Amino acid sequence: MITTSSAMSHPAPLPAPLPGTPVLEVEDLSVEFRTPKGVVRAVNGISYEVHPGETVAILGESGSGKSVSVQAVMGILDSPPGFVTGGRVLFEGRDLLGASAEEQRAVRGPGMSMIFQDALSSLNPVFTVGHQIAEMFRAHLGTSRKEAKEAAIELLDRVRIPAARERVNAYPHQFSGGMRQRVMIAMALALNPRVLIADEPTTALDVTVQAQIMELLKDLQRDTGMGLLLITHDLGVVNEVADRVLVMYAGNVVETGTVDEVFSDPSHPYTEGLMASVPAVEDKGKRLQPIVGTPPDLSRIPSGCPFHPRCPRRVLEGAPPGRNCRDDVPLLLPVGSIGRASACHYREEVLRARRTGTPA
Amino acid sequence: MTERPPTDRATGLATPEHGTDQPRTERAEATLEAEVAGSPAIEEASLWSDAWRSLRRNPFFLVGALLLAVFLVMAAFPQLFTSVDPRSCDLARSAEGPSGSAWFGYDVQGCDYYANVVHGARVSVTIGFLAMLGTLALGIVIGSLAGYHGGWIDSVLARVTDIFYGLPLILGAFILLSVLPERGVLEVALALVVFGWMTSMRLVRSTVVSVKEADYVQAARALGAPTRRILVRHILPNAIAPVLVYSTIYIGTLIAAEATLTFLGIGLQLPEISWGLQINSAQTRLRDAAHLIFFPSIFLSLTVLSFILIGDALRDALDPKLR
Amino acid sequence: MGRYIARRLLLTIPVLIGASFLIFAMVYALPGDPIRALAGDRPLSEAVQAQLRAEYNLDDPLWLQYLKYVGGLLQGDFGTDFSGRAVLDTIEQRLPVTARLALAAVIFEALIGLTAGILAGIRRGSFFDNLVLVTTTLIVSVPVFVLGFVAQYVFGLRLGLFPTSGIGEGWYSYVLPGLVLASLSLAYVARLTRTSLAENLRQDYVRTARAKGLKPAVVIGKHTLRNSLIPVVTFIGADIGALMGGAIVTETIFNIPGLGRAVYDSVLRQEGAVVVGIVTLFVFFYIFFNLVVDILYALLDPRIRYD
Ligand SMILES: Nc1ncnc2c1ncn2[C@@H]1O[C@H](COP(=O)(O)OP(=O)(O)OP(=O)(O)O)[C@@H](O)[C@H]1O
Ligand code: SF4
Ligand SMILES: [Mg+2]
Repeated sequence: MITTSSAMSHPAPLPAPLPGTPVLEVEDLSVEFRTPKGVVRAVNGISYEVHPGETVAILGESGSGKSVSVQAVMGILDSPPGFVTGGRVLFEGRDLLGASAEEQRAVRGPGMSMIFQDALSSLNPVFTVGHQIAEMFRAHLGTSRKEAKEAAIELLDRVRIPAARERVNAYPHQFSGGMRQRVMIAMALALNPRVLIADEPTTALDVTVQAQIMELLKDLQRDTGMGLLLITHDLGVVNEVADRVLVMYAGNVVETGTVDEVFSDPSHPYTEGLMASVPAVEDKGKRLQPIVGTPPDLSRIPSGCPFHPRCPRRVLEGAPPGRNCRDDVPLLLPVGSIGRASACHYREEVLRARRTGTPA
Repeated sequence: MTERPPTDRATGLATPEHGTDQPRTERAEATLEAEVAGSPAIEEASLWSDAWRSLRRNPFFLVGALLLAVFLVMAAFPQLFTSVDPRSCDLARSAEGPSGSAWFGYDVQGCDYYANVVHGARVSVTIGFLAMLGTLALGIVIGSLAGYHGGWIDSVLARVTDIFYGLPLILGAFILLSVLPERGVLEVALALVVFGWMTSMRLVRSTVVSVKEADYVQAARALGAPTRRILVRHILPNAIAPVLVYSTIYIGTLIAAEATLTFLGIGLQLPEISWGLQINSAQTRLRDAAHLIFFPSIFLSLTVLSFILIGDALRDALDPKLR
Repeated sequence: MGRYIARRLLLTIPVLIGASFLIFAMVYALPGDPIRALAGDRPLSEAVQAQLRAEYNLDDPLWLQYLKYVGGLLQGDFGTDFSGRAVLDTIEQRLPVTARLALAAVIFEALIGLTAGILAGIRRGSFFDNLVLVTTTLIVSVPVFVLGFVAQYVFGLRLGLFPTSGIGEGWYSYVLPGLVLASLSLAYVARLTRTSLAENLRQDYVRTARAKGLKPAVVIGKHTLRNSLIPVVTFIGADIGALMGGAIVTETIFNIPGLGRAVYDSVLRQEGAVVVGIVTLFVFFYIFFNLVVDILYALLDPRIRYD
């Protein structure tokens, strides 16, 4: 059992954080793509924290900047055309964006790790899965080839891949979709990262397999105490596994809070729309209410509140000063209980309206 | 069975799939079976206006277009470039170098070389276009046969294509021309068509197959429309972009091939005026009269270059995947 | 794998037969009388002509001539030329020359093409990338025989660096012709490598490699290059066969006594047996190297399964 002593323990280069420090802190992060057709402002000043053992979910329509924001955090943005134009990313209190490329690299793997939606295309087709997992140990810890392979087998076992010792020599295309995602997870967890970023880890999978993978992630998180930053479209999954949720729209966080609060009592019209667009169990048979309109073009984000062209609650004429949805940008401000925030001029009214049953 | 994705020599583009098990790298042909062949219908006008916008800003395209315009005019109206008769010669001036009165000097026969080189444009351009049209015609006929019918017809035609791919363009045309009693513009063009139709066939075939399998065609068929009519209606818009790119580049290849054959002594014959012949008759004079090789070579290469520049630019502009 | 190879081999047979018959038919069936050509201006008596025709089976129908020819081939008999020399002799003497030329060309193709392509592909849009783009466009545009003259003129006559004719100076003689023969392929290899690399750099697994915290050199050298080079390596492999068949122009210009030059001479002299024999050999090489490459491909890319 070499793994418990060398491979499975924290690798040396990362110092222990102060107690109570979030494992990941993102402050005012902005990302843009400079393309021939203009500048795409994909992320516009978002902030959040992930604590050890905590699961934070990012929700939002396609194209709202979820993937781009976490890629910027990981430092794997395609650049060019992508550029981080502002903000800080603190890993256990240390700023990564200001750090040297070499320091950033050393955090990827042992500190932060990531799994992707499409495990088939995210694994290198010409190397065995064992090789690709073992590479983590070899690159970061200098483990010998043999030991690294043993560690890889152990990891495959840990993510519940049957016959790990044989499968370690197989190539990615020889696995089923669910098994491949397990391989990805094994690889991401190889060095016991303190935070795992999962970008739609189950979207490409069958429903039953989805549940298995989420369960596996939950179990592994409980075992290791890592923070989990989870991007998903599946509100059911969020409801089940997440502690807190960030709702993104047009590259902004428009609402944040605990899952219970946000789901049961949204304080932003966009979140309301999201919730109304999924069939709740008790609402079966009722008509869904999709959010009308299309997501904005990120190279031409609407003025004022980016959501105003689609917002059923917008106030344009006769708005109180500073609260015109077309002219005034709503900031992400506290609402309701501690830790909740919403970027809507009328966040209090949204909450109250529903409580009193006033229609939108 | 998964196949090795074939790559074409032209620009490293993947060639469209075509049956199985063929050797599929080809030589001597700066051809291209553009990737666009398999892409969904390219019908939107926006593609063409986008393409035109990007072409106008592409300096390579502008240079190519300018060169091409010059050589096309030169081929059609050589008198605009020179008033000297290329066939009035004075042996006393044999192989004289360039001078103020004769920019390109005189050839071995003592004829004004500039006039000769200018008049050489016509056959090159003519053979290039003729052979291209022939190649396309043959490619369209065989390619639609194979693509439309599929099955054993497709397999047999695929084998036949393989057979011809086994013979390099120059080598095949060289042998064929050597046994023809006459060797004029038509014969040379014919020889180039006979040994060069394969890529255009595959291009057409893959377009036909992809259109045949496209959802909207399947849907139309399910509604009872005759396949043949749908195909005819949809193939043109789908094929036009890849065929245009391929043809443009391939004309350059054909012009170079004609010059090569003629240079080898098996293409055009005197008294035709052609760059290949000029280089051929000067080949032993590299040491003492290099200009006799230099000038027709420059004209020849620039003509080929103009087609390749335009073709490359067209491909970049028309293939959204590469943008 | 074994079955795949067997199947491929089987499929090459009709292609080989078809191609050789095509050449055979062109050489023997079309107008033009080889006997007359052989005689040139000398008048041949009817008797001598008839004897020659019989000797070369020229009076049989074409298909029978071909069958007799293939029968001979199967026994290692490529026939004789008009002077009575066995074609196999010519081949044995000239094949090594052409093989050396093709080898020199492949080395240039791989070394220069790959290096240029990799450097250009890694830094898309850089000065070097544009330089490669422009240079390859120019190379592709200049016909090979013109390039041959340029090389002879510049490196041979002007700079006096390399011999421009014949093979009298050993490997040294193959430098210029090898470069010229390689030129077109070299340009393609550079472009193919460039696009392939750029395409692979956009792949998800490259992003994964970066997310794993691997060093940039490993991300590119291992996780990108290996995959990018698969099509390039197979292209180069298949090109060996094509280069041999393409040597006719280069060998003629540089006066190299190889198979291409032999085809050139025999075509002009209407030496049918030599032309058919050598060109069939070219086709064989072409098919052979394509087969080799398909197998190589399976070894390089584990996704390919032959069953
Ligand atoms: N390489 C790129 N070049 C230009 N724009 C890009 C690039 N990558 C992403 N974008 C833009 O950034 C925006 C956000 O994309 P992102 O992938 O983060 O969306 P997402 O929220 O993850 O969506 P999905 O749910 O579909 O994954 C998109 O509008 C997209 O157009
Ligand atoms: S600020 Fe106005 S437009 Fe934006 S969400 Fe709130 S109500 Fe709607
Ligand atoms: Mg995404």
